[in-house]
Amino acid sequence: MEKIPILRMGRFLLVTIQVDMHDQLAMQLQNDLTDRIVADRAHGVLIDISSLEVVDSFIGRMISNIAAMARVLDAQTVVVGMQPAVAITLVELGLSLEGVRTALNVDKGMELLREQVGAAGRI
Amino acid sequence: MPPDRVVQPIRSSQDVVRVRQIARERAIAQGFSLVDQTKLVTAASELARNTLEYGGGGEVTVELLNDSVRRGVRLTFTDTGPGIADINLALKDGFTTGNGLGLGLSGARRLSNEFSIESKLGEGTRVAITRWR
Repeated sequence: MEKIPILRMGRFLLVTIQVDMHDQLAMQLQNDLTDRIVADRAHGVLIDISSLEVVDSFIGRMISNIAAMARVLDAQTVVVGMQPAVAITLVELGLSLEGVRTALNVDKGMELLREQVGAAGRI
Repeated sequence: MPPDRVVQPIRSSQDVVRVRQIARERAIAQGFSLVDQTKLVTAASELARNTLEYGGGGEVTVELLNDSVRRGVRLTFTDTGPGIADINLALKDGFTTGNGLGLGLSGARRLSNEFSIESKLGEGTRVAITRWR
């Protein structure tokens, strides 16, 4: 079965969503990320959605779930690369993605995570 | 140019993906801007998932609309599922009878120019959305 790869970048994990996600894949990703946050003692998760031309409430819920699980495990989540048409549509859809920071790209996302982690007094 | 009217069954998550593709193709064919394409496809995705998850599966009829002044796309989702007990409640943001965010119906309505819904308990539901260029 297909799996979304999770890359480790220092104390952060990077996930790139490129395919159309169905229920099983979404659940698998949430579980895998949770395991990896613990196993790698990750301080943050970067979710790259720059390939997604459509983000509906299903994907929105998956992202919110990931952020909530990460938070419980003392890790931050940053979503990067949201396409402008997607951003406009999400607002109209009413999806708020509360508790999820966003950044323009992976570089800026990592900067954001480093700031937050630094502020929390960790290296 | 894609056909004026096509019916796509919605029986699996692959079908939901196909619905998005068809909606995208039609929106492009009618000359929608990228943002309008995205709105239509996102609304279609919400309603297709609803048809699958709450309606027990069904189908969508996708039509190209061309009257003398404007061009549009209409998607009509139908299922013969349990139906919706309280439509007004179902249209409220955040209301869900499942694990969702409760934004599917209300969101699809906001993302569309026209929206209609009929439902009968024990018989099924029909939701139609239209977006004009």
